[in-house]
Amino acid sequence: MNTAKKLAGAAALATAAIVALAGCSASPAAPAPTTAAPNSVALRMTVWTSNEAQLALFASIADSYKATHPEIKSITFESLPFADYNTTLTTQIAGGNAPDLAWMGDLSKDLIASDALLPLTPVLKDTKGWGYDDLLPSATAEFSRDGQLYAYPFSNSPYALYVNKDLLAAAGQSLPAEGLTWDQVSTIGAAVNVATGKAGFVIRDFDFSAWNTLATVWTGWGASAWNADGTKCTFDDDKMVGAFTFLHDAVYKHSAMPGPGTKADFFAGDSAFTVAQVSRASLLTGSFGYDVVPLPAGPAGTYSVIGQAGMGVLRTSAHPQEAGSFLAYLTGPENSAKLSQFFPSARKSLLSGEKLAANNTKLTAEQLQSVVVDQIPGAVTLPNHTSPAEIAQKGKTALDAMWKPDADVEKVLGSVCSAISPLLAK
Amino acid sequence: MTAGSTLPREAVTTASRAPGDKDPVRRRARRFWTMRRRDAAAGYLFIAPQVIGVVLFVLVPVGLAIVYSLNKWNIFTGRLSFVGGANYAALAADPQLPSVLGATAVFSLGVVVLNIALGLGLAVMLNRRFHGVTFFRTLFFSPVVISVVAWTLVWGFLLQDNGGINAVLAQLGIHGPNWLQEGPTAMGAVIVTQVIRSVGVNMVLFLSALQGVPSELYEAARIDGAGSRTIFTRITLPLISPTLLLTSIITIVGALQAFAQIAVLTEGGPALSTTVLVYYVFQQAFTFNNIGYGSTLALMLLTFVMLLTVLQWQLRRKWVFYEH
Repeated sequence: MNTAKKLAGAAALATAAIVALAGCSASPAAPAPTTAAPNSVALRMTVWTSNEAQLALFASIADSYKATHPEIKSITFESLPFADYNTTLTTQIAGGNAPDLAWMGDLSKDLIASDALLPLTPVLKDTKGWGYDDLLPSATAEFSRDGQLYAYPFSNSPYALYVNKDLLAAAGQSLPAEGLTWDQVSTIGAAVNVATGKAGFVIRDFDFSAWNTLATVWTGWGASAWNADGTKCTFDDDKMVGAFTFLHDAVYKHSAMPGPGTKADFFAGDSAFTVAQVSRASLLTGSFGYDVVPLPAGPAGTYSVIGQAGMGVLRTSAHPQEAGSFLAYLTGPENSAKLSQFFPSARKSLLSGEKLAANNTKLTAEQLQSVVVDQIPGAVTLPNHTSPAEIAQKGKTALDAMWKPDADVEKVLGSVCSAISPLLAK
Repeated sequence: MTAGSTLPREAVTTASRAPGDKDPVRRRARRFWTMRRRDAAAGYLFIAPQVIGVVLFVLVPVGLAIVYSLNKWNIFTGRLSFVGGANYAALAADPQLPSVLGATAVFSLGVVVLNIALGLGLAVMLNRRFHGVTFFRTLFFSPVVISVVAWTLVWGFLLQDNGGINAVLAQLGIHGPNWLQEGPTAMGAVIVTQVIRSVGVNMVLFLSALQGVPSELYEAARIDGAGSRTIFTRITLPLISPTLLLTSIITIVGALQAFAQIAVLTEGGPALSTTVLVYYVFQQAFTFNNIGYGSTLALMLLTFVMLLTVLQWQLRRKWVFYEH
């Protein structure tokens, strides 16, 4: 292990690179008290936000924790650029400089499968008043294995459809009172494109590269990237063919969706619709009239998709017990309420339109109720699997053939399965 | 045994002491630091920074890359498992590698041919005295000092389907292609942006070489009735051939190391059309966390670069003028 660590530290040069938590306490009283000497524990958590208000909130929570825990010398929140977050975090881990706690998105499966995270269920359940049963099962599933939670889902932001009402009005279009479908979105988007020259609908962050975001569409056809246990590719089934035929037609037949290589930013007024997480509402500047509605229904009916972020404790931490205790404090009922102004909570008690609206200046209580509160309980997450980056790249390489006017949708989707199946089987 | 060695020690040192040098330690030190040793020490001191740099940043990493290439490394747990030649066997079984090597060959060849041809052409044109020559020299060299990422980002915007280049073409009644989304045009775009950014270095080297060609040779050739083409092929090219060798080595090595422009402009796509070997190494090692296989690919790249350089060096006798 030591040799490996030394080699790991030197790896950065080459190409650019167990302590149990509290144990499964039999009694659900309180986590075992720390034995650390006063002022001897320095904790570091890697995060991908650089938002000053969010970092200030984290710092204030850390300060109040420190005030009651003399063993804590410092708690640092290390802000890493989002685009390179996974690479930077893995490089830190490989270099023997892993943080004590870390935010994680699609890296969570690899971390959990590698046993690199400490199970949080014992410490959270043993923390008095934490309220483990308050967590929504749909929110914890992504970060759980064998009944243990390995990362706390602190951010659960549903995807919703943003609407530029000014562009729709300019094209003489309007949304149906209820029951909006993808076909209607495509029809209205095409009409807006003809009338104004602006784009119809855009799947934000997809950019003809990040295909996992298309789960916000294909779930409406009842499709999924792979089966429930992640062992079999289902890209080539009829439902997925239907979803991609819709998207392909939207680009090349109806001009309802801009093709690859064309930038259209909804929040700059470039498109009639976009699918984005509710948390992106902060990008609305008020320069045009807008609405935010749940995702349109597909042939399989209505559905919800959420994007999640978790925070966990790394096994390599020099202070796993103290890191776990701090995480329990940070995510307890009181602090979760504070965090929910930025990150939709996984706690049922905090999910109501009124409560969310108290800290949201962009969306009304009714909007938040319909696009957040009503969506999270039944939501599915974006596809995630071990080796996420390799699956994403191999899938993208195969899917590139889709974005041509004469693409054979079925054949391309079959090639996606050929490309990613060996990785799913690992 | 010499006679001197039988004398008492103090007698020897006293007898051999030079006038004014009464300190035996200093005298012994002076005897040790002979002229030859002083020269050698100075030489070692001069090369020490380079040697230390090469050892730390080349030899040690290459050694570690060899170690990693023989192992599978679980980056999350820090466990290294010896796999022998499995990573080398994986090279043959990798279905993406042929495409990657093909893209690397096309990119390198395109960059080398265009860069040297354009660099030489610009140098010949700017090796004259005319109004504004300094401005043009500066203009063509200036991209070299611009950050490669900033340069590539700007080109990324210009090359979008609805970007600046197609807007200009549309004004001329031409429907431009979707440059970065179609294989051949994406590779062409990456090559051209790389060449425009780096051609200034070769231009300056060629300018310097051209200005070193004695003017009497040109005068003599003209008197003998040689035309421009003959003068260029029979006098200019042979005399600047050492620079041609240097620029071709620099350009090939630079092309094989190109990373940022690929990462920023195309991310290796569409499909694998612009995934060159360096970018593939990065993906395998740092994006997919396959450190062992990434190290194996890196060693393959190192072997390519070394072989190409050795080949050029061996061939120099055939075409470099001063090596005859």
